[in-house]
Amino acid sequence: MTAFPFSAIVGQDEMKRALLISAVDPRIGGVMVFGDRGTGKSTAARALSTLLPPMRIVEGSRFNADPEHRDDYPEELTSKRVRRVPVPFVDLPLGATEDRVVGALDLERALGRGEKAFEPGLLARAHRGFLYIDEINLLEDHLVDLLLDVAASGENLVEREGLSVRHPARFVLIGSGNPEEGELRPQLLDRFGLSVEVKTPDDIEQRIEIMRRCDARERSPEAFAEEWEAADAKILRQIARGQKAVDKIVVPDAILTDAAELCVAVGADGLRGELTLMRASKALAALDGKRKVTRAHLIAVAPMALRHRLRRDVLDETGSTARIERAIEELFG
Amino acid sequence: MTAPDAVPDPLSDALTATRLFACDPLGLGGIWLRGAGPVRDALVARLAKALPADMPVRRMPGTIDDDRLIGGLDISASLHAGTAVLQSGLLAETDGGIIMAPMAERLSERVAGRIGQALDWRAVQIERDGIAGEMPASIGLLLLDDGVSAEERPPVSLTERVAFHCDLTGIESLDFPDDPRTKPLANSHVEEPDDTALRALAGTAMALGVGSARALLFAARAARASAALAGRAAIADGDIATAARLVLAPRATRLPITETPEDQPPEEPQQKTERQDDARESDEATPEPPSLEDMVLAAAVASVPPDILNRIGDDVSRGGASGGTAGQRRKSRLRGRPLGARPGIPRGGARLSLIDTLRAAAPWQTLRREEEGEDAPRRIRIRRPDLRVRHFEERTGAVTIFAVDASGSSALARLAEAKGAIELMLAQAYVKRAQVALIAFRGEGAELLLPPTRSLTRARRALAELPGGGGTPLAAGLDMARELSELVASRGRTPFLVLLTDGKANVGRDGSPGRAQAREDGQASAKRIAAMAVSGVVVDISPRPRPEAAELAAVLRMDYLPLPRADAAMLHDAVDTLQDRAVAA
Repeated sequence: MTAFPFSAIVGQDEMKRALLISAVDPRIGGVMVFGDRGTGKSTAARALSTLLPPMRIVEGSRFNADPEHRDDYPEELTSKRVRRVPVPFVDLPLGATEDRVVGALDLERALGRGEKAFEPGLLARAHRGFLYIDEINLLEDHLVDLLLDVAASGENLVEREGLSVRHPARFVLIGSGNPEEGELRPQLLDRFGLSVEVKTPDDIEQRIEIMRRCDARERSPEAFAEEWEAADAKILRQIARGQKAVDKIVVPDAILTDAAELCVAVGADGLRGELTLMRASKALAALDGKRKVTRAHLIAVAPMALRHRLRRDVLDETGSTARIERAIEELFG
Repeated sequence: MTAPDAVPDPLSDALTATRLFACDPLGLGGIWLRGAGPVRDALVARLAKALPADMPVRRMPGTIDDDRLIGGLDISASLHAGTAVLQSGLLAETDGGIIMAPMAERLSERVAGRIGQALDWRAVQIERDGIAGEMPASIGLLLLDDGVSAEERPPVSLTERVAFHCDLTGIESLDFPDDPRTKPLANSHVEEPDDTALRALAGTAMALGVGSARALLFAARAARASAALAGRAAIADGDIATAARLVLAPRATRLPITETPEDQPPEEPQQKTERQDDARESDEATPEPPSLEDMVLAAAVASVPPDILNRIGDDVSRGGASGGTAGQRRKSRLRGRPLGARPGIPRGGARLSLIDTLRAAAPWQTLRREEEGEDAPRRIRIRRPDLRVRHFEERTGAVTIFAVDASGSSALARLAEAKGAIELMLAQAYVKRAQVALIAFRGEGAELLLPPTRSLTRARRALAELPGGGGTPLAAGLDMARELSELVASRGRTPFLVLLTDGKANVGRDGSPGRAQAREDGQASAKRIAAMAVSGVVVDISPRPRPEAAELAAVLRMDYLPLPRADAAMLHDAVDTLQDRAVAA
């Protein structure tokens, strides 16, 4: 089935905002979505895949080669032509084996023609796009380690079966999981720029609307997609504009001070928190079509940028979100 | 309209659920039948008859591997064809049919996760062993759950994705109500539920604390199936009530706050018409007729399973009716950490990795064929150095079992330290692949407060509820610790016991007070643990260390650690060191 239209998702504003921010600025480093089952985590993540403005690749490239950096890729790119293709959104299925993720010797060519050739894996396919991992708690540990390593270095290094290949692999990691099923390793959590917690909306009207829309889609997927096409196209343009504008967004000194104070107040470890907070604020301002980051932008993104970076206090039962909101209240009233 | 049954009858409910499922097996996800026995056999037989004749029904063994479940490279076909050939697994083979999972309570998270994805996508995506592909896999799931204890349940990832939850335990009669004579309608001929109907379902879900949007969507589909089954093109109030009873009630996590079931007797429908008449005669504004929402809610409340009612109150914060059991289901993934394939000979338990062997042999084929000359037969030439074996890193995770003396004699303040230590252990549990469990013993017996888990969220909840005070039933605490250790060991993990006590037993195994008997029982229990050779430590938490705890440690053949002024961090460090030593030994 085709993805659910992004704009047709009821409620879940924070999750949607986080996904849009990560699409505007991939350097922020992806989104981790926490939530109970049946809250629409995967629906929203997959819906994003249809909203991404196209990108340019060298024709015939199996590594999504960027025309500006042809030489970075381990393939002979003979074509001078450039093609516009949709930004890849790769869904990592459970049960994926390591060879398919990192790439391996091309079995078919090896068996059929006795040639030693590299067959790119999912990491190559996700390059310059998104990699989505549903139920990240269920992913085999060795795959998690591998993804972490690649996500950190931006490069996939394959040394197996007599092959030695390296290729760029920069992607935005989007994960979803249920905290009831075990904690995520802090190193993994830290890789995600933003984290959001989702619940089914408490509002009865919203719940009715969810049922109504799912029913409409079930009856006629085409008509439903058509109905939301215009709204989705608008978001796509918003993202495209945001991507162009994000580097020109001005951050006033007062906002920088605010961000630093907030990080200290909530005890967010490390520089990464402050950096993410700033980048996410800029991306939100760009999405809003503004030129300057305001305190409102900062406050809007603070929970998603910081909640997974707070030092864990065994005696404090207060949730991370509440701690951040309290700090915002105290600092900025 | 069909009135909801005055007294919900689990047998007829289960039968209705089975019928509804058979009406829309792929749209309703599946059905969970808990409790083995003749009742379930009869229901499964009826289900098989009610399903369309050409619909495949496949049994799935719990031990199914990824090759057979999701599919992968067909090795013999690939070798024959000289090109990679994709082979479908059970999920794709059952496309358009039913997968029956016997002993669903023993399904691993691994298998459950893959089935769950197929239910979501109605397809399987394969990225394995050098081959990729996608195949349609629209399935319905029949979960046959033989579980007895509350912890033995099918994985939540699956129960969440099936519409109907039927608990058949306790049903003695096989007296099935007659099949309705009405001619069923195709689902697609039933009109969509109107706003009042949706509102009634959404309101009921909220009142019962059912958070999942999936449950809500299932309820709407079930209402439609109910109308179809009765041969009606429009959804009636009774269909909504049936859907709420069968889909929402079993998932209830709380009861409605304002209205109690007594205010809304289930014989509502008749009253409703009467009252409506009244209302028409008198003033429009006076007594409001009960809304559909109230009627549906009342029907659902009457069907909330009694065990949920019992849990309500002490367990409100729990994520869902069947939530929270996932933590201890990690057993099947712990056969060791796959490290990929390495050159080697497949013997001594090492398994041949065919794909990797072929990969290693492939580049040499042309050369080897030339060596053998033109007349050599066409076949793959595999030589000894090509052989690759699968490698697993043997690391059975440890489970630290805290057995905490929560009696009055042990300083109550020490409980806080135990809590802190447990949280510290969990904070680094992921890295060490470790789990933590918590037993408290006080008053007349012992209680498993936290089954083995590595979820900090769950642990926090259990710890917050840790009670204190009363006598010291040491034997009961030790017995439970031993049972849990056995369970842990049977799942291939290593138990490590941390016993926090002052060793002064004063409640016997049977719960009766008396120091001498209590001590004797405690010693007997301790000896049985010693016979199992469980490693562990006795932490003496009395302010002035006494001989009792040291004696107990000697009987248990465990380390003795007096920590009169311990804090959480010290306790954690001490346990950590001892445990590392025990694992290394």
